Amino acid sequence: MLAYLRNSWRGLTSMRTALVLLFLLALAALPGALLPQYPLNASKVADYKTAHGLWGTLLDKLGFFNVFAAPWFAAIYLLLSVSLIGCVVPRSVDHLRALRSEPVPTPRNLSRLPHHASSVVDVPVDGVLATARARLRGWRTRVREEPGGVATVSAEKGFLHEAGNLAFHVSLIGLLVGIALGKLFGYEGQVIVLADGSQFCNSGILGYDSFTAGLKVDGTDLAPFCLKVDSFAAHYLPSGESSSFAAQLGYQTGTVESGPWTPYTLEVNHPLRVEGDRVYLLGHGYAPKFTVTFPDGAQRVGLVQWRAVDGNTLLSEGAVKIDPPGVTSEAVRRRSQLAITGLFAPTSSGGALVTSIYPAPDNPEVAVDVYRGDLGLDSGRPQSIFSIDQGLVDSGRLVRVARQNLRPGQQLRLDDGTTVRFDGAEQWVSLQVSHDPAQTSVLVFAVLALVGLVCSLTVKRRRFWLRVSPRDGTGSVVEVGGLARTDQAGYGEEFTRLCRDLIGLQARKEVEHAG
Amino acid sequence: MPVDMLLARYGDLAFDSALAVYVLAMLLHAAEFSLGRRLAPLAAPAPVGVLVGAGAPATVPAVPHPDAPAVPPLAHPDPPAVPSGRPPAERAGRMAVALTVLGVLLNAGSLALRGLAAHRPPWGNMYEFSGAICLVAVVAWLVVLYRHTRSGRAAVLRRLGLYVLLPVVVLMLLAGTVLYVPAAPVMPALQSYWLAIHVSAASVASGILLVAGVSSTLFVLRSSGRLARLPSADALDRVAYRATTLAFPVWTFAIMTGAIWAESAWGKYWGWDPKETTALIAWVAYAAYLHARATAGWRGRPAAVINVIGFAVMLFNLFFINFVTTGLHSYAGVG
Repeated sequence: MLAYLRNSWRGLTSMRTALVLLFLLALAALPGALLPQYPLNASKVADYKTAHGLWGTLLDKLGFFNVFAAPWFAAIYLLLSVSLIGCVVPRSVDHLRALRSEPVPTPRNLSRLPHHASSVVDVPVDGVLATARARLRGWRTRVREEPGGVATVSAEKGFLHEAGNLAFHVSLIGLLVGIALGKLFGYEGQVIVLADGSQFCNSGILGYDSFTAGLKVDGTDLAPFCLKVDSFAAHYLPSGESSSFAAQLGYQTGTVESGPWTPYTLEVNHPLRVEGDRVYLLGHGYAPKFTVTFPDGAQRVGLVQWRAVDGNTLLSEGAVKIDPPGVTSEAVRRRSQLAITGLFAPTSSGGALVTSIYPAPDNPEVAVDVYRGDLGLDSGRPQSIFSIDQGLVDSGRLVRVARQNLRPGQQLRLDDGTTVRFDGAEQWVSLQVSHDPAQTSVLVFAVLALVGLVCSLTVKRRRFWLRVSPRDGTGSVVEVGGLARTDQAGYGEEFTRLCRDLIGLQARKEVEHAG
Repeated sequence: MPVDMLLARYGDLAFDSALAVYVLAMLLHAAEFSLGRRLAPLAAPAPVGVLVGAGAPATVPAVPHPDAPAVPPLAHPDPPAVPSGRPPAERAGRMAVALTVLGVLLNAGSLALRGLAAHRPPWGNMYEFSGAICLVAVVAWLVVLYRHTRSGRAAVLRRLGLYVLLPVVVLMLLAGTVLYVPAAPVMPALQSYWLAIHVSAASVASGILLVAGVSSTLFVLRSSGRLARLPSADALDRVAYRATTLAFPVWTFAIMTGAIWAESAWGKYWGWDPKETTALIAWVAYAAYLHARATAGWRGRPAAVINVIGFAVMLFNLFFINFVTTGLHSYAGVG
């Protein structure tokens, strides 16, 4: 049993297994890049599933549409982490031991090494040793004596290679831990705020349109701050491509309504960093404003964000839902609720069919359908703010009573005398609030990993040996040998230089070499 | 600031000229390749002035450099008497290298003009990015060649030129036709100094990895006995390894700066966007290559195959991800 465990552990921590796991990791990540993914685009996943039938359902069951949360993906990276730890820990111990141990004794036969040379020089043994010591400054050296007045020098260099290697791998583990902590304690929420001075407070989950919480976040202890979006401006190229977005914000921290608003210009690439959270400008759009005047003179203003159906021209769709004023009877109310739906074009083409030709609000126009009846707001069923319940239209409980194109200031009149005026459009911004307490540690480990990687790839662990034997009283025979621990590439030139300095310059004699 | 259309036009002209010059250089390399003799290693003179035969494989005893030139190397300190002029292959090869240098200058010029015309780093779309990758690849190739010239082994290695310039020419051709977009400012998300840092790191890494990928592909072919006119498998392996060890940290840096940029532009440092996922896959592939290179039984062919896979993933990332899938990176004016 113990042997079995030991063998499994050895198998898991071997380089071969690590290689296979690396392959698996790359292979398993591939569907994440090729197939639509739930966290990125859920509607695309739905499209894909409808288009591929059984195959799509099968892929969904197996987690292929959320690869990076799939158990099999987790299995691979967890095994890889274990393999990594199992490899790094013993190697760290070895490295510490190697740091304290002496350079290994000179091999008996230096000519067997991949790099070697020998020469006869006119300098006595001591002289050669002195030169060698001077030349090998910065190397870890050890001089040993052999019988017959022979002296050897063992030298080692490049411990930073292994140190960097270990630092890189340890940092990878640290990086993974940081990512995991971020997933546990982080949160991310999206909210749309009208850019007309509307406010948003990070006081709880309910304030958000959507909210993704880490496992340890219950939504009670959010960072306390409030935002006020004063205005939004976008600039576009003649082609309709956007060239800049900026929202003018004010923000407060601490308890709500506690002081003046600090101004901030929120732009793409320039998130607002406040109270450990980050606020991003994700998107923008239009909210057409309608004033409904009822026959009795009562007015209601409808101002709700519409969503873009075309990202290039910002042609938008949506629904403004209005309860009639002064109605107490539920039954009457369910017959007289109003909905204004349709299309909004920031720059209308001017044709009978409203289309948008440019995203800036240069020539706004709406094409609206006005419905009257039961909007189903009290039905208890959730409904989209961008559309009306088509089921109610089909069942005749919601009836279309008008269809018209309106420019700002224009109005339409319903059969009962109610008028609907299009006042123009406000802009809205879509904001994202993100919280990740482990982000800095991820960055630190990433930088450490990079530094370690550079050390490990540029520094080479190499050994150099020298054996000097006395010859004819005043001269000596010098043999040298070299071995690079990791990769031979690149050591050749340094070895050549070493030889030149140690043998070539002492005595310009023919160097015997064999390779 | 408005785009300077005249400068942009000159930039495009320089791009087209660079492409034409690369094609010419490639043709001359092809001529060199076909005119050149098969290598006869045993006839190679042992270079003087080199003290030791470093790293020579045991299978070729008594020959310090298996890839030693059969023709006089460029920087030979004491050239043997060549009766009259150089052999045609050598001449074609030298002309090819000279043209390649000219091509690099034009390529760099086109990028510089683009940048000046649009007042931003000249790698804001696929057209410019491809041009930058080509520039780095050819510069990396010339550096490799220069280093081998200094050690007197350039003549044989030069034959690689055909295979390095081939993907460069294809990439430039695609960039100039399918991927072409006129000079214009970039979208708000790209208006950041990280564009200069992240994308330049990505193009430097991609360019160097292109040279590595070509060397490893040829290594696989060479080690199976084909293409005997190429440099030795050993030399190809060395070029691939050196290039990969140089490019891997740069690629790592590119991914990390991408994450830092994403943190300020997209709301989180890692969002599994298709492009970053594939970049990570390529990173893992190259990590596997480096591990394979240090694992007994995986050196040589298996390692080279992994490097080729890594390169394939890079190409896939460059084209497929931008054309077929839509992610946050599909700004590049093509999808």
